Amino acid sequence: MSNVTPLHAASAAEPSVANGYVTMTIAGQLFGIPVLQVRDVLGPQRLTRIPLAPVEVAGSLNLRGRIVTAIDVRTRLGLPPRPAEMKGMSVVVDLNGEQYSLLIDQVGEVMSLDAADFEANPPTLDPRWRDVSRGIYRLQGQLMVVIDIAALLNLSAASAA
Amino acid sequence: MDDLLREFLTETNENLAVLDNELIKLEQNPNDPALLNTIFRTVHTIKGTCGFLGLPRLEQVAHAGENILGKFRDGKLPVTPYSVTLILAALDRIKTLLAALEEAGTEPEGADTELIAQLNDHADGKDGGGVPAAAAPPLAAASAPVSSEPVPDEHGFVPVPAHKTADVAAAVTSPAPDEHGFVPVPAHKTAELTPPPASAPTAASTAPVKESAPAAESALANQSLRVNVDVLEGLMTMVSELVLIRNQMLQILRTQKDTEFAAPLQRLNHVTSDLQEQVMKTRMQPIGNAWSKLPRIIRDLSSELGKKIDLQMLGAETELDRQVLEMIKDPLTHMVRNSADHGLETPADRIKAGKKETGRVTLNAFHEGGHIIIQISDDGRGLPTQKIREKIIKNGMATEAEVKVMSDAQVHMYIFKAGFSTAAQVTAVSGRGVGMDVVRTNIEKIGGTIDMKSVEGKGSTFTIKIPLTLAIVSALIVESAGERFAIPQISVLELVRAGGKNSDNSIEHINNAPVLRLRNRLLPLVTLSALLKLPSVAAPTAEATIVVSQVGSQTFGIIVDRVFDTEEIVVKPVAPILRHIDMFSGNTILGDGSVIMILDPNGIAAATGKAAGEDEQKTTEEARNPATQRGDKLAMLLFRAGDTAPKAVPLSLVARLEDIDVATIEQSGGQAVVQYRGSLMPLIPLNERVKLRSEGNQPVLVFADRERSVGLVVDEIVDIVEEHLNVQLGSDSQGLMGSAIIAGRSTEVIDAGFYLTRTFKDFFGATTAFQGKEEGRAQRILLVDDSSFFRNMLTPLLNVSGYQVTTVESAIDALQLCQGDVEFDIIVSDIEMPGMSGFEFVEALKKDARWQAVPVIALSSHATNIDQDRGRRAGFANHVAKFDREALLSTLSQTLQAQRGAA
Repeated sequence: MSNVTPLHAASAAEPSVANGYVTMTIAGQLFGIPVLQVRDVLGPQRLTRIPLAPVEVAGSLNLRGRIVTAIDVRTRLGLPPRPAEMKGMSVVVDLNGEQYSLLIDQVGEVMSLDAADFEANPPTLDPRWRDVSRGIYRLQGQLMVVIDIAALLNLSAASAA
Repeated sequence: MDDLLREFLTETNENLAVLDNELIKLEQNPNDPALLNTIFRTVHTIKGTCGFLGLPRLEQVAHAGENILGKFRDGKLPVTPYSVTLILAALDRIKTLLAALEEAGTEPEGADTELIAQLNDHADGKDGGGVPAAAAPPLAAASAPVSSEPVPDEHGFVPVPAHKTADVAAAVTSPAPDEHGFVPVPAHKTAELTPPPASAPTAASTAPVKESAPAAESALANQSLRVNVDVLEGLMTMVSELVLIRNQMLQILRTQKDTEFAAPLQRLNHVTSDLQEQVMKTRMQPIGNAWSKLPRIIRDLSSELGKKIDLQMLGAETELDRQVLEMIKDPLTHMVRNSADHGLETPADRIKAGKKETGRVTLNAFHEGGHIIIQISDDGRGLPTQKIREKIIKNGMATEAEVKVMSDAQVHMYIFKAGFSTAAQVTAVSGRGVGMDVVRTNIEKIGGTIDMKSVEGKGSTFTIKIPLTLAIVSALIVESAGERFAIPQISVLELVRAGGKNSDNSIEHINNAPVLRLRNRLLPLVTLSALLKLPSVAAPTAEATIVVSQVGSQTFGIIVDRVFDTEEIVVKPVAPILRHIDMFSGNTILGDGSVIMILDPNGIAAATGKAAGEDEQKTTEEARNPATQRGDKLAMLLFRAGDTAPKAVPLSLVARLEDIDVATIEQSGGQAVVQYRGSLMPLIPLNERVKLRSEGNQPVLVFADRERSVGLVVDEIVDIVEEHLNVQLGSDSQGLMGSAIIAGRSTEVIDAGFYLTRTFKDFFGATTAFQGKEEGRAQRILLVDDSSFFRNMLTPLLNVSGYQVTTVESAIDALQLCQGDVEFDIIVSDIEMPGMSGFEFVEALKKDARWQAVPVIALSSHATNIDQDRGRRAGFANHVAKFDREALLSTLSQTLQAQRGAA
């Protein structure tokens, strides 16, 4: 629990939190999660492996006395495992009162985005990604995939795909 | 009706029963202020609760009654027979209303104005029945400072001994919560309170305390107060968290020497432990609460059954968690009923057996190492072991051969299985065959175990072992493949070290299935890392630690790499996405802050029964052919002969298992024989590698056909398992049907028919008249079965019995065959087959006039009545259970005889 970054990054310059996103990168791709769903950002954690669990479940960890299940987003998206030298970070999200820790490569910043820049998923997107993506934001120089937490955590859909 | 109301009804009825008596006492002794107080408080409680529950009629009547009682107490009204009658009338009205309420769930329509007016008039002295207030004897003057019960009796609250709450309060150094408006004041410090206004619930009072002598009588009642269960649960949750944090801090302390935190942390440690203990106590209730109705039940039973029964209850004060208490209430009642009904004999039988006429049922509860042990024993007839054995066979729960090798204790465990009852007659009390299995399920649900000992003629003792509480459990921390897991201590029997230099035990393997000889019993072992599919980090060593666990009657050993100590853990549910893994009952945080999974012994026990291989077989088989697998479970006898590979034979083919003393084996014409049941039985080694032992006993599988027997010599009988049998690989070698996966291992299935025919030819000659041969020619049978195993098993059997057998593997093939130029005397068909079922087959076949006279016998694993009815309608002549060899042969010959008779 050493590297807990407090989340008051959403500063006064960005008054609207409704359209605020915490950005993160996974294998070079930019992703965003609605800031209201994010509870914590953590550095590398010690994980307890859970035998017999779905492959996407990296383990569980103790977050201030709460047991949180960690999901490896790379595995979930069908990406290769994180290179050993990359430490990785976690974003803790809340779904129906349960907390889950999403293992990602790097947490970026909190951004407030203009709805005009939002677009639906391009039909060419890999079905695995399309499942968990709500849509795409056109940012300057890059595109951001908005992650649908509920879909991301629906692991049975993943294994069926 | 909601629980609140039900509880209110129960309690109020109890109170009213007491009130009647007390009012009569008061009438005789009007100057007893203590008695008056009790009565007043009870009526007040009823009134308060009615108000709370929104029962206006009851409330008004109670209020009016209370008014008079209040005047009594204040000395403004004398206690006269008339006034007591009035109050009794009010109580009667309350009872009537309660009865109606119980029936309808709501208060009946109507008003009680007349009665209330009467009561009020009396209270105001208007009716002339009373005397002027001033003239009233100052009977209650002395009791003026008496406190009345200030707390309206809310429902859904458990009484908590006040001193315990006080302890809690002291431990957390803040007063117990009173957000609900209840007064958490210890009774010995009860504030002096004026009687509260009728309508408003009493406000929390912190008025200074004054001891009052007349309160002595009510001291006991005031020792407890009602606290909402939710508050207690919340308290418990917080304490659980605190325990975890304490564990964590202590862990940190261990790594840091010379820190100034050491002393305060030690204190925190103790306070936390005390706090945990005290909070647990608030949830504790004496087990006697669950027993309170038993004397009455036993009294009724003894008159109903004509038995004299003495119920002894020991340790009623033993306390346990109320949640646990609720769950064992019904099982306990059931078991006591059982003991009285099944266990105890009638007085006449008892005298005949030289016992006292009065039978005794004893309930005993006590604490033992963090568990509650409850024993229910009787000095009755004990379990009729022989009857149970017969019943097991009759109910098809095990075969005769299996039952024969069972110990008495194993046989007794069958009474916990569903659908089992030994009572010859179904009485109103018991004998319906539901119950003991439910009892066991309920007890196992709360992590408890049930065991029984019974001596025929002396009586039975059931021992229930349950955890004190469900929230915090003691767990053994183990390591496997580098991961740590917690195993609840209650299911751990012992730890065994095997294979070490200083150990007598070593793990042995039966075709890679590890077992351990433990005190002359074979203990099946499972490797935790394999069970959890963990990659093994270290090479398997000869040395291993085995956690011997018990779930119900199943005992097994779990092989782990290391065992750490035990730790108090708080069971937290696992995340929803992991709930489907039945190996874990929860997870928790250890003292060092890491998360650990809690193993579910029930899940492991379930998994030990089916190893990975069977699962695979089942899934592939079911995917390919879902129809065939249903119900085709077959008891297989596993044995070894010649080599280490396990071999199997359907148990139903084996008549007996014998251990023959090698000294009795004789040689006759180069053939080993033994005198067996008055005739010579040839002994045949299964293969050339099997050698007769030179001394001791020789295990032999006896195959019998009418008066002839053949003994098949094997090296060792290993086990009896129930499996879906699927012969996967055919075999060319004689006497071998093929290979199948049994108990997760590749096993050679023996063709028993081969040995039978071989022996019959060699020793009985071909001249013997077989059943099937009539009029010089063999009867022709068409056997329709999709399972190659059954075709293979039945063909030699029928051949040996003299039938000429043709087999086809589907109903469609059979129909095609029958359209051709063939003749059969009888057709035997399976019912469940893919494509066309046996029913459809026989219906289609009977449309052909040529086949109408040919009897068709249904062969199915489901010998239920529904099947039989449907079979008859479809056109089956008879119905035989698939595994019943004798029945098949006799049915065949009977059907054929009937056929000839008819023809």
